[in-house]
Amino acid sequence: MTNSINEILETDVILVIGSNTTEAHPVTGYRIKQAVRNGKQLIVADPRRIELVKYADIWLRHRPGTDIALLNGLAHVILRDDLWDKEFVAERCEGFEEFEKTAAKYTPERVAEITGVDAELIEQAAHLYGEAEKATIIYAMGITQHTSGTHNVMAVANLAILTGNVGRRGTGVAPLRGQNNVQGACDMGCLPNYYPSYQPVEDPAARSKFERFWQVKLPEKPGLTVTEMTDAARRGKLKCMYIMGENPVLSDPDGNHVVEALQNLEFLVVQDIFLTETAQLAEVVLPAVTFAEKDGTFTNTERRIQMVRKAIDTESKAKPDWQIITELAQKMGHPWQYPGGPAQIMGEIAQCAPLYGGISHQRLEQEGGLHWPCPTPSHPGTLYLHADGFARGKGRFHSVEYLPPAEEPDEEYPLILTTGRTLYQFHTGTMSRRSRLEELRSEELAMIHPKDAEIYGIRDKDTISVESRRGKVTTKVQVTDQVPPGIVFMTFHFKETPTNVLTIASTDPVCRIPELKVCAVRVEKIISNPPVDERDNYVGVYKQ
Amino acid sequence: MKAAEENGIDIPTLCYDERLTVTGACRMCVVEVKGARKLMAACATPVSDGMEVLTESDRVVEARREILRLLIANHDLRCLTCERNGDCRLQDYCYRYKVEDTPYKGAVIEYPVDTDNPFFIRDYSKCIRCGKCVTLCAEINGAHVYDFMHRGFDTKVTSAYDDTLQETTCTFCGMCINVCPVAALVEKSTLWEGRPWEVKKVTTTCPYCGVGCQLKLKVKDNRIIGVTADRSGSNLGDLCGKGQFGWAYVHSPDRLTGPLIKRNSAFVKVSWEEALNYVAARFTDILNRRGGQAFAGLSSAKATNEENYLFQKFMRTVLQTNNVDHCARL
Ligand code: SF4
Ligand code: SF4
Ligand code: SF4
Ligand code: FES
Repeated sequence: MTNSINEILETDVILVIGSNTTEAHPVTGYRIKQAVRNGKQLIVADPRRIELVKYADIWLRHRPGTDIALLNGLAHVILRDDLWDKEFVAERCEGFEEFEKTAAKYTPERVAEITGVDAELIEQAAHLYGEAEKATIIYAMGITQHTSGTHNVMAVANLAILTGNVGRRGTGVAPLRGQNNVQGACDMGCLPNYYPSYQPVEDPAARSKFERFWQVKLPEKPGLTVTEMTDAARRGKLKCMYIMGENPVLSDPDGNHVVEALQNLEFLVVQDIFLTETAQLAEVVLPAVTFAEKDGTFTNTERRIQMVRKAIDTESKAKPDWQIITELAQKMGHPWQYPGGPAQIMGEIAQCAPLYGGISHQRLEQEGGLHWPCPTPSHPGTLYLHADGFARGKGRFHSVEYLPPAEEPDEEYPLILTTGRTLYQFHTGTMSRRSRLEELRSEELAMIHPKDAEIYGIRDKDTISVESRRGKVTTKVQVTDQVPPGIVFMTFHFKETPTNVLTIASTDPVCRIPELKVCAVRVEKIISNPPVDERDNYVGVYKQ
Repeated sequence: MKAAEENGIDIPTLCYDERLTVTGACRMCVVEVKGARKLMAACATPVSDGMEVLTESDRVVEARREILRLLIANHDLRCLTCERNGDCRLQDYCYRYKVEDTPYKGAVIEYPVDTDNPFFIRDYSKCIRCGKCVTLCAEINGAHVYDFMHRGFDTKVTSAYDDTLQETTCTFCGMCINVCPVAALVEKSTLWEGRPWEVKKVTTTCPYCGVGCQLKLKVKDNRIIGVTADRSGSNLGDLCGKGQFGWAYVHSPDRLTGPLIKRNSAFVKVSWEEALNYVAARFTDILNRRGGQAFAGLSSAKATNEENYLFQKFMRTVLQTNNVDHCARL
């Protein structure tokens, strides 16, 4: 996020797009609802009738996968009606002329056609956002998990800089990170093209810096992304994988292919707290410990680095990940020594990752969480970014065009499947399903609109099959107008219904985020529940 | 109230919370303002220039004692086994103002304890009707589960029609438990598990989503028994159900307890020494035969920064590849 979470309370207009915040990031959801209760205005762009729709001044119910058209349409109106921040754009941005030309093509009428949203609503939303003194855009995986994910993000950024909503309190763009330490994993360089602190692998200066720092020769070419790894493994190019604390069999798109890929390896090592679906495929499984059994730090979605503290001793032989990796490095002849544990490792991070330059466990203990960039030990951290200009000199407009999703519904597969999370479960369920949360929600409930339900003869709580070109799963169903007609919504928390065998691995060309949000499916009823004749009896009873 | 806090003056309060609208419900915070005839509620009275305030005058103390006498008149006083014994505002203030008993002996209303939801009990015979749960649920969560029912002596704070919470809009965030000053709302997992002073509280970061809420784990005998709010983070003490109730996996019997190696397609338990030697030998062999490009690593968005740093360092320096990523682009 460019700004911090609680600045949501200080903004005037909030645009939420592709984020079911109250379920996926509940405490941030509270802030949005609080802001609305305090009289702030809210625009929600989402195909589903999510909880925030109740709080919204304007609801843009666009078709899945049409975000760019919608965002460009808003920019179109803002430009046409002169609501943009000319001074800000002139002083701090570049690429405007080209962007203006692109946006010109997205008239509300054309956008209405693509997105299914009323042209009038697009006009209203553009005015609300464009006229605000301070506005913020909140988005999550609904934006990033498309073939056009990177472009979606650019379209969001365009809107923010066009209206000068960057670099001030209560403005900005807020991508909400799904898992607790996605931000930190990226910051630490668990990316194929970046060293810690986003220093590019391809930059010779960065490379030689790390060669000196780590005292080894480093490979020059950027590596493979997670989806490319699956491909490479299937084609036999990868021989060995080391997977720490992830469960790609359930979390990654096209789950059947992932299994095939992992089985095709010569050697698979999985390090986790449970024998997950992925760990079962491994040759060696190394037992790790939970967050409650180790010290360290997590970095949240607002770039705030916070302590994780050991609360209990491990009662088995499981060990913290940092210790396992260190011992493995030693066994392979590398002189790693971290007798000071995580605090010492953070010391090393501070030396090579400028964004974390001023971070130490000692400081976090004394001062509490700190927001990066925090370059020096006396730096107070940075609540919001770009206050005195953009990192790369100028903010850049990117002209991005709407492209239809990789797979569209057709006669054979007439419905669109879109995926997400629910409030009571989390990700692939390895943690949340082993707690009492399981009592609230223990199985998949695919959402389907009453109209579609009628077409396929489906009733609430029936069991149906959902099939795409890649696979088939069975699930119970919830008939609800929370989803629009033509769309099926499912989560990926439940191993009994591994939704990701349906989804596509076609990836965003730049960022390589798989297309989890949209694919074409067909549905079929398998079991009525309760059986139909029995249900008719109920009706009879009520009638009497 | 804020002014007093900032100046280190402790004014007792049962219903004030800086996050919530001031309701002035409990009157514990009354103070004497020079020149004013009536006692004023500190939480609802803004300070003005030259204002002289007495926070512990005889009049003030007597008023507070009277409130406490009224409160304990209708309160289940089985403190011996109460889960909040020693961590209870009502006890604390009765002690501070030497209120041992009450002259108002009337009918103590006994309400049945609601144990119906999986997470916490609601024992309204302990409720002091401070209203914090009502305001918090409405103003922070937005669920509007609770309200005051009936009037006068019969007043009860509860859900609509006194329904069990599953039948309401409750999202089981558990925040109401953490603001309750007494033992009316208590996590089930802590029941009979330990007295408040035996429980260690460790502040840490929620392991679920990217909001990174701060919370306190309640630990007794090396086991987590519950969670309570911590206000040091940007969540300001707020939590959702995952952070509040989602920790039990830590003690799951399914946890891996030692390294495993697959032999004849079945896992066999081995020692760390054996497991690490084996992995190191296989890694080295593949590295010698195929080079770094044959390796790839996936790191975890659930691991710490320190572990993620070491993981990519391991992939890049030991296994000589940039093939490192995490699944959580998702
Ligand atoms: S658990 Fe949360 S939603 Fe439920 S009553 Fe308490 S505060 Fe309200
Ligand atoms: S249940 Fe607790 S928080 Fe709610 S009114 Fe009663 S005493 Fe106050
Ligand atoms: S308590 Fe809820 S909102 Fe906060 S970090 Fe945990 S999962 Fe996210
Ligand atoms: S704290 Fe002031 S009335 Fe309760």
